[in-house]
Amino acid sequence: MAYFAEIPLVLIDVQRGGPSTGMPTRTQQADLLLAAYASHGDTKHVMLFPQDPRELFEFAAQAFDLAERLQTPIFVMEDLDIGMNEWLCEPFTWDDARVYDRGKVMSAEELESGKLFGRYLDVDGDAIPWRTLPGTHPTKGAYFTRGSSHDKMAKYTEEGEAYQEVMQRLLRKFETAKAYVPAPVVRRAKEKTGFGAIYFGSTAPAMDEALAALEDQGLHLDTLRLRSFPFSEAVSEFINAHDQVFLVEQNRDAQMRMLLVNECGIDPARFISVLQYDGTPVTARFIIDAIAARMRLPAREAAE
Amino acid sequence: MTYIVKPRLRHPALPVNKLGFTHRDYEGTVSTLCAGCGHDSISAAIIQACFELAIEPHRVAKLSGIGCSSKTPTYFLGQSHGFNSVHGRMPSVLTGANLANKDLIYLGVSGDGDSASIGLGQFVHCIRRGVNMVYITENNGVYGLTKGQFSATADKGSKSKGGASNMDTALDLASMALMVGASFVGRSFSGDKEQMVPLIMAAMRHPGPAFIDIVSPCVAFNNHAGSTKAYDFVRAHNEAVNSLDIMEPRNPITVEYAPGTTEEVALHDGSTLRLAKLDASYDPHDRIMAMAYLQAKAAKGEFVTGLIYMDRQAGDLHANLGTVDAPLNSLSEKELCPGAKALDGFNTSHR
Ligand SMILES: Cc1ncc(C[n+]2csc(CCOP(=O)(O)OP(=O)(O)O)c2C)c(N)n1
Ligand code: SF4
Ligand SMILES: [Mg+2]
Repeated sequence: MAYFAEIPLVLIDVQRGGPSTGMPTRTQQADLLLAAYASHGDTKHVMLFPQDPRELFEFAAQAFDLAERLQTPIFVMEDLDIGMNEWLCEPFTWDDARVYDRGKVMSAEELESGKLFGRYLDVDGDAIPWRTLPGTHPTKGAYFTRGSSHDKMAKYTEEGEAYQEVMQRLLRKFETAKAYVPAPVVRRAKEKTGFGAIYFGSTAPAMDEALAALEDQGLHLDTLRLRSFPFSEAVSEFINAHDQVFLVEQNRDAQMRMLLVNECGIDPARFISVLQYDGTPVTARFIIDAIAARMRLPAREAAE
Repeated sequence: MTYIVKPRLRHPALPVNKLGFTHRDYEGTVSTLCAGCGHDSISAAIIQACFELAIEPHRVAKLSGIGCSSKTPTYFLGQSHGFNSVHGRMPSVLTGANLANKDLIYLGVSGDGDSASIGLGQFVHCIRRGVNMVYITENNGVYGLTKGQFSATADKGSKSKGGASNMDTALDLASMALMVGASFVGRSFSGDKEQMVPLIMAAMRHPGPAFIDIVSPCVAFNNHAGSTKAYDFVRAHNEAVNSLDIMEPRNPITVEYAPGTTEEVALHDGSTLRLAKLDASYDPHDRIMAMAYLQAKAAKGEFVTGLIYMDRQAGDLHANLGTVDAPLNSLSEKELCPGAKALDGFNTSHR
């Protein structure tokens, strides 16, 4: 409902081993599809993938800014390993000059001056409407919202055209989100390579270690660390620039791969999934073994 | 910057309240409910109560779940923000809104299906947390919007329109509200505007969780012989324990009552609630007695209405949480963010 009524909301999903109650004290990255398209009907949600407690701290604060800017739920996809276990990370920092982004909230002064207000009206062309807080002005800016279908002025409607107009704007708003969410982190190998690797979340430290070891063995890969959904252009560019892309995930079904194939229209054959979902944090050794084997080198030796 | 409330242009003969508003300023869009639906009478009572209290319409937030009852907030207070949320989830949405800005009046409107079936957990927890609100259930014993299935408040033995008997035990929302800590509990009947209006007014002046269960017959699906939520049945079986009257601070007392039969309760805003006791033994400030009384009467097939309970020392969620005086949504990073120095302290504590 928060997606359709356009309510700012932050949800932190500490992903433990599923399905159902699954492995309650174990880690996974298996709620990606659930969160990306949560709810019935056509929905898409913003997700953030912090790599460690420090980035989680930053993303948690940023999530509130994004929620108010984009007026939509923001899912902070935290791996249980980050949420429950002890980590060594850089100290948290905060910039005292930082101001909160409250997004497009129309003030009493703006309403009084006659500025046009319609709760679901796209006045700025970025598909983000303006909102008012309850009690702002005696006669202007009040609206009655709902999770059921509504038109641009928040009025209930079952008229197909008016409903679709809102749905199409929501899709455009999701496009707008790409400019606001944290960009992916790309790292180039020392040598030119046709191999790439994509990873995200708590896989980062193991991946760093694995890359160093692989490089020592003369195996070079460019990498991209995903930090958010929707995916920006940089993500499809990275994938398209490589012949084969390893995709390291901590779930059974290669959920991130499904998202990438689905959202970026990429040929599934480009990906080689590296999946570890036994509930324990992914290890460098496991990644090295999997990648080295595919790059046609004796795996054991690569790890040692 | 403050704004002078400007009432709409009006017919000179329409009565106005002390803010200069007419009834019409408290109305909403035209109701789309069935003609004769009890819910419309409750909307009218809400309009009347807000008019008489001279509430600024934009200082009310109206929230609801899903159902015919939950549709009604569009039919009153057109100048208020409103949220027709998810089935059974009004209490959470209301709690969130109330936390963000405690200075508004929160009016939650729900149905028996919305509150006693799918939303029972929400109903209970919102009340036990002490959210300052007026929570009204428009209780017809059925899911009206989905064409008349029994709800959890349907009495055992009550008959459906098709003739089936309800065999499940009924939930009594007023008793449950008392049990889980509502500091104001009322019960009424949509056919009794005289009783509803002062009850809603008193609830709006009450500084804590105020719950009113209003039996509101569904003329389309639950108004036949054999139903205990039909107009005729409720008229014949309801018994008021008191009658209420709200008096503005300096209004003279005009009606005389025999000694010992009335009680005056000072309300939050300086006005007075006068209770005329219809059952001399009934004390609406005794919670335990109120619970026993409701049960005893229910066992006899009687349905108690009026002010069931009122705690004169009521507090609310914000008092319990010790929140600051200013509404939370008016605070800026200056008040909210502990800043880099505090964070350094936190980092040090983790070394
Ligand atoms: C999650 C969910 N479940 C079921 C429904 C279908 N539904 C709509 S209204 C309703 C019952 C409403 O009953 P009540 O609250 O008593 O309202 P009334 O129409 O009787 O006033 C149901 C079950 C729904 N809208 N959402
Ligand atoms: S179906 Fe029943 S509850 Fe719904 S509007 Fe008609 S009479 Fe009222
Ligand atoms: Mg009902």
